[in-house]
Amino acid sequence: MNDSAAQSQQQATGEVHLHQLDGVLRIEFIGDWTQSARIKDKPDVSVILQRSVAMQKVRFETDQLHCWDSRLPAYLMPLLKALQTQKINVDTGNLPSGVQALLALAMAVPERGDTGKASQPVGLLSQLGISVISTIANAKLLLTFIGETQIAFWQFFRGRARVRAADFFLCLQAAGPEALPIVTLISLLVGLILAFVGAIQLALFGAQIFIADLVGLGTVREMGALMTAVIMSGRTGAAYAAQLGTMQVNQEIDAIKTMGISATEFLVLPRISALVLMMPLLCLYANVIGILGGALVTVSAFDVSLIQYFNETVKAVHLPDFMIGLFKSAVFALLIATAGCMRGMQCGRSASAVGDATTAAVVDSIVYIVIADSVITLICDQLGI
Amino acid sequence: MNPVHMRVENLTMAYGDHVIQRDLNFAINQGDVFIIMGGSGCGKSTLLRHLIGLQQPAAGEIYFQQHGFWQASEQDRLAMTRRMGVLYQSGALFSSLTLAENIALPIAEFTALQEKEIAELVSFKLALVGLAGFENYYPSEISGGMQKRAGLARAMALDPEILLFDEPSAGLDPISARLLDDLIIQLSEALRTTIVVVTHELASIFAIGANSVFLDAESKTMLATGAPSHLLHKSDNPKIIQFLTRGEQTR
Ligand SMILES: Nc1ncnc2c1ncn2[C@@H]1O[C@H](COP(=O)(O)OP(=O)(O)OP(=O)(O)O)[C@@H](O)[C@H]1O
Ligand SMILES: [Mg+2]
Repeated sequence: MNDSAAQSQQQATGEVHLHQLDGVLRIEFIGDWTQSARIKDKPDVSVILQRSVAMQKVRFETDQLHCWDSRLPAYLMPLLKALQTQKINVDTGNLPSGVQALLALAMAVPERGDTGKASQPVGLLSQLGISVISTIANAKLLLTFIGETQIAFWQFFRGRARVRAADFFLCLQAAGPEALPIVTLISLLVGLILAFVGAIQLALFGAQIFIADLVGLGTVREMGALMTAVIMSGRTGAAYAAQLGTMQVNQEIDAIKTMGISATEFLVLPRISALVLMMPLLCLYANVIGILGGALVTVSAFDVSLIQYFNETVKAVHLPDFMIGLFKSAVFALLIATAGCMRGMQCGRSASAVGDATTAAVVDSIVYIVIADSVITLICDQLGI
Repeated sequence: MNPVHMRVENLTMAYGDHVIQRDLNFAINQGDVFIIMGGSGCGKSTLLRHLIGLQQPAAGEIYFQQHGFWQASEQDRLAMTRRMGVLYQSGALFSSLTLAENIALPIAEFTALQEKEIAELVSFKLALVGLAGFENYYPSEISGGMQKRAGLARAMALDPEILLFDEPSAGLDPISARLLDDLIIQLSEALRTTIVVVTHELASIFAIGANSVFLDAESKTMLATGAPSHLLHKSDNPKIIQFLTRGEQTR
């Protein structure tokens, strides 16, 4: 504050002394009272209060105060408040006029008693209770979101929904063609891995040709859909949550609502339908690439010709296998898009809330995917397809 | 006359090749409330960014007391910016921290104070801006005007020598705007802080301004500098008169 404060850098020290004289408690401030100063043995408010109750009169002395900044009034404010409630006579006349003005300003507005935000430590039992309540609340939110989305789709099929075609095509573009490179890479590698894992066992019996069955069925029924789903939950699901969450933070979603447009129709509908349309196509593509990956390993390393591999694959993999894979993929797409959009729409109003929403979207969708996959696989097994 | 605190010499500001303002020359005196005024888009916020050192001048120099800002080393520059506090146009509070944590952040970063003392300072700063008791609120849980005041409390956390404000009263109702103006004046008097304010508000300009600079978008340079009331009465430039009288003289 004072010019000297800047010059007398680290070494600055301050002190406070208490004197009792003629029935008056004199509180004397000495030296530097700045944020960078070292202040020795500051007595606690309670100590001063105890001594001043006996005296009933307090006076501040600042003759030897060298310089000060807001550290001095910050120290004085709780003290003055305590003295005020004890109705002790305080003489602040000797404080620098700036300090007096600041204290007057700070104490002019009484503390709001009703803010109700005291942070109290929470016991184990109440923590459990709070998490149960929040789980129930979350389930309700999920149901609400699903209901709203269904209504939006219903409106859409009746031709009453407000969806901008341009938005929809952008979503299609992002959820489809732009994901091709990464899907290519991952499914090729997964095909390679499947082939290698199978080959080590099958080569023991000289049954290398059955690698084609393993890779073909494994990819088409399971891995193609699963791997695209994992990729898309990290890519598109997270993007949905982040986009909608940021719009929530900027109050853009409020703006859409106040225009009389349903945010679910306008934002959620194009995203969910784009992903549900694109993911089965991506899955089909991933199946082809995965089988190619398997062929690459088998033909180059295990003495099987490309024609043999192709014929064996055609013999092993049937149309229902493809349909199951594609059906799974469509279900996964619905789950990923729902998790992403829901987390985004329910995002809080801060930068970290967007991060939380994105993380939650990815974790949710992967959990949903694995659960859904198990259920579908069980059902197919029971039905014998 | 108070000593000069900041001086701008032959400053030219540009984004790439696009010059916003050229040949700016003015001085900000210690303890004054200095107003930057001009129409929308003339470069007021840009000038403020230059004064804080967020943006390098295309030409010219900004002096902080005697020290050239861009002649100094990186480290000295950081030390200089630490002596300034800024209230941004939108508050710019960290949304994932409570008000208390927002204000405690620079204090904990740049001083060796104990936690208890930091908490004392934080409560005091919040009390100064009339937000006592709101320590544990998040920025999204308080109103726009309260966010502005909390931003002011954070700008003052380290007791800066210069406080800079970008449109502090924009978006506030007239009474809150007036209270904020009063608060700024009271704080500058009590703390002897130099204050730089970007504003369109005529009431604020005449109420709190001791000195000012007027930027013009068309000629891309400053038209005048001086006390606002002096400009109103003595200036013969129609643009300034029009601005300071809300265009009512030409109707
Ligand atoms: N990041 C940027 N890149 C390029 N040009 C910019 C950038 N920021 C601002 N400008 C241009 O600089 C000019 C001045 O902008 P500035 O934000 O400083 O205006 P202002 O005087 O603060 O206006 P307002 O009163 O509306 O806030 C404008 O013409 C703007 O187009
Ligand atoms: Mg601006």
